[in-house]
Amino acid sequence: MPNSSAFLLLVISLLVTIGGIWIGQNVNLLPVDASSNAPIYDELFKVLFSIGAVLFLGMLAAVVYSLIRFQKNPEDLEDGLALEGNLSLEIFWTAVPAVVVLFVGIYSYDIYDRMGGMQPLQTNGHDHQAMHQEQRVWGGIGAGPVESDMSKIAAPLKIDVTAMQFAFLFHYPQGDIISGELHVPKGQPISMRMESKDVIHAFWVPEFRLKQDVIPGQPTILNFTPTKAGRYPIICAELCGPYHGGMRSTVVVEEADEYKEWFNKNTKEVISEL
Amino acid sequence: MTIAIPPANENSGKSLQPKGLFRYFSFSLDHKVIGLQYLVFGFLFYLIGGALAGAIRIELTSPMSDFMPRDIYNQVLTLHGTIMIFLWIVPVVNGAFGNYLIPFYVGARDMAFPRLNAVAFWMIPPSGLMLISSYFITGAAQSGWTAYPPLSISTPAAGQIIWILSVLLLGGSSIFGGINFIATILKLRRPGLKLMQLPMYCWAMLGTSILIVLSTPVLAGTLILLSFDIVAHTGFFNPELGGNVIVYQHLFWFYSHPAVYIMVLPAFGLVSEILPVHCRKPLFGYTTMVYSIMAIVVLGLVVWAHHMFTSGTPPWMRLFFTIATSFIAVPTGIKFFNWVATLWGGRISLNSAVLFSCGFIVNFVLGGITGVALAQVPFDVHVHDTYFVVAHFHYIVYGGSVFVIFSSIYHWYPKFTGRMLNENIGRLHFILTFIGFNLCFAPQHWLGLNGMPRRVAEYDPQFTFVNQLSSVGALLMAISTLPFLWNVIQSAYKGPIAGDNPWRALTPEWLTSSPPPVENWAGKAPLVTEPYGYGYKTSSSKTGSKPQEELAEEKQ
Repeated sequence: MPNSSAFLLLVISLLVTIGGIWIGQNVNLLPVDASSNAPIYDELFKVLFSIGAVLFLGMLAAVVYSLIRFQKNPEDLEDGLALEGNLSLEIFWTAVPAVVVLFVGIYSYDIYDRMGGMQPLQTNGHDHQAMHQEQRVWGGIGAGPVESDMSKIAAPLKIDVTAMQFAFLFHYPQGDIISGELHVPKGQPISMRMESKDVIHAFWVPEFRLKQDVIPGQPTILNFTPTKAGRYPIICAELCGPYHGGMRSTVVVEEADEYKEWFNKNTKEVISEL
Repeated sequence: MTIAIPPANENSGKSLQPKGLFRYFSFSLDHKVIGLQYLVFGFLFYLIGGALAGAIRIELTSPMSDFMPRDIYNQVLTLHGTIMIFLWIVPVVNGAFGNYLIPFYVGARDMAFPRLNAVAFWMIPPSGLMLISSYFITGAAQSGWTAYPPLSISTPAAGQIIWILSVLLLGGSSIFGGINFIATILKLRRPGLKLMQLPMYCWAMLGTSILIVLSTPVLAGTLILLSFDIVAHTGFFNPELGGNVIVYQHLFWFYSHPAVYIMVLPAFGLVSEILPVHCRKPLFGYTTMVYSIMAIVVLGLVVWAHHMFTSGTPPWMRLFFTIATSFIAVPTGIKFFNWVATLWGGRISLNSAVLFSCGFIVNFVLGGITGVALAQVPFDVHVHDTYFVVAHFHYIVYGGSVFVIFSSIYHWYPKFTGRMLNENIGRLHFILTFIGFNLCFAPQHWLGLNGMPRRVAEYDPQFTFVNQLSSVGALLMAISTLPFLWNVIQSAYKGPIAGDNPWRALTPEWLTSSPPPVENWAGKAPLVTEPYGYGYKTSSSKTGSKPQEELAEEKQ
């Protein structure tokens, strides 16, 4: 291969690597992050996006370069190089993806752990209920960093979620509130126990980067800690019937005092105590 | 086995077969006729499935549900998925090209079981018609192609039952085909032809057929249980009667994840046939290609639960399936690097077949990268069941398999018909398809990441513009079908005569007339031990040549 094209290749691969990493680090495709879980997710996303962008641009460049560089004119009946393989090259491009995939796997395990995915479900405070009914409870991602002091100090606020065609109902056992809108105080760990009355639904808040199916006959747990005040959509993500697209609600993340106000206005227990 | 190697001429059964165009409408036993029956019938269903996709994209140009009633929308999306998978991609990449090419590649005069082969094809039209007719009789199934209970139990029963029966028939057809391919590849090889001398498509079909035979019966059993739940009110998957909905998902995905490989492995094989011919180079890394196919087969069977990360799945299971799924990227990556290495240093004719194959490489790499990302549990819990997933799997099955189907039609059309396609119209078709496809599906990644779930008729108004962009892409894809249709129809009558071997290819299907005679070769079947022996004529003397070089020489 002549020197000029070797130089060109070097330039292309440099551009691909730098461009890919730049795209992965700087192009933001995600909505606002509003839970303790979301920044961890975005960290993973950036890493995967950077690796993916480099790989994709590299393959794209290799294909386009080959098609231009090795194109022949129609009269040319000669064959190309009789190159049937190259063992060391093939070992190289088996090993590199294997290492990358291994790295991605270990890294995402770490992220999963930091999101609380590996925590035993007993820690979320629902164990009594679950054991009492002799049901297995699944889910549990989103508890956030275990080592954080917040989750140790503040006991998680428990909310029971019931999904049905085509609405979510949120029950606050503490104040016996039933609401169609989810109100949560900022910075407070939340633990939701979810069950469906009819078909499978899914609870998804894009700004929290969390989703968990809500299943009939099979309670699931979803934990999160909201970090930014605001109103975010709750979306059903599992096809549940004709009005599936309309099955939406809102999660309102409020400052502690605003939440208190809402709580006091809606709670039945306080009224009965009075 | 007398049936295995029928005599070269005057086979009692075959001579009774109808001749001319009519044979394509008959119970023909000729593998080439059956292959083209699969192809044309599959394409008709591609047009129907495409029209349904068009209806979906029209509905999604506005954030309100205003183009069709909501339950009709769910029927349309269910039919779109079912038709595209079971009546277009699976029958075409397996049935059409498999039937046409495999007997040539192993040096046989037909498939191992010609009658079973014809039965397998003729199971498809009734099941396809049944599926479509359910829409007009009672309303089609509306629980998506996944038919998750309890939704599939609680939606109108008739449509769901017809859907189940139709998929059962199609699955049966697929199993018959799979058994036939395994028997043909392993047992009908021309004496002297070793396994490691077979063209790559044989390996892809062997792997695919193993997957079909192992996993399709599981789907069949699952759907039969589901139909019991619907008709006889049993409680296998009905939580009200003590059933478990998660079990259905495990059983369903035990087939339906391998189904992805049933759709793409044959496409991998076809690309491996097309690229060496037009690059005038041997397929790079034959042995590693074979091993990676088999690795994908094995891994493909143990990754199904990555479709269930947000479902009821315990943590250890989430982790196991993350790792297993990620590792599929390794053998798949090997194949893509090998194809690029096949392009490298070749003498490439930039024709429609090569363009579609290269389009496939680019699209599939993107789909594969998003696939590895989706395999990571923490990544998946955000984007599962969103348009990100819709974008991902369309990059795999459309950007992957469908691009390869088009590439293969451009490559083998001269063999099918004896005439060449118009290359300029072919390139126009490629450009329209490639731009339309990417315009349609690339923006959907963003939609999914930002909060648009899949299978919805209405959505947050902030997504309107991007959805309209996507619909424009879909329109371009629809338009791209027109030059293609015109090309294949008019070239069948007016295209330049192709001759036996217009691409100067070395694989055995080109060493006979175009279209080939019944029983494939006038004389003895050629022994092709180096299907990718390009480049040896220029680099070494003719004396050290490969056997099929001489054969190719004689024919030219």
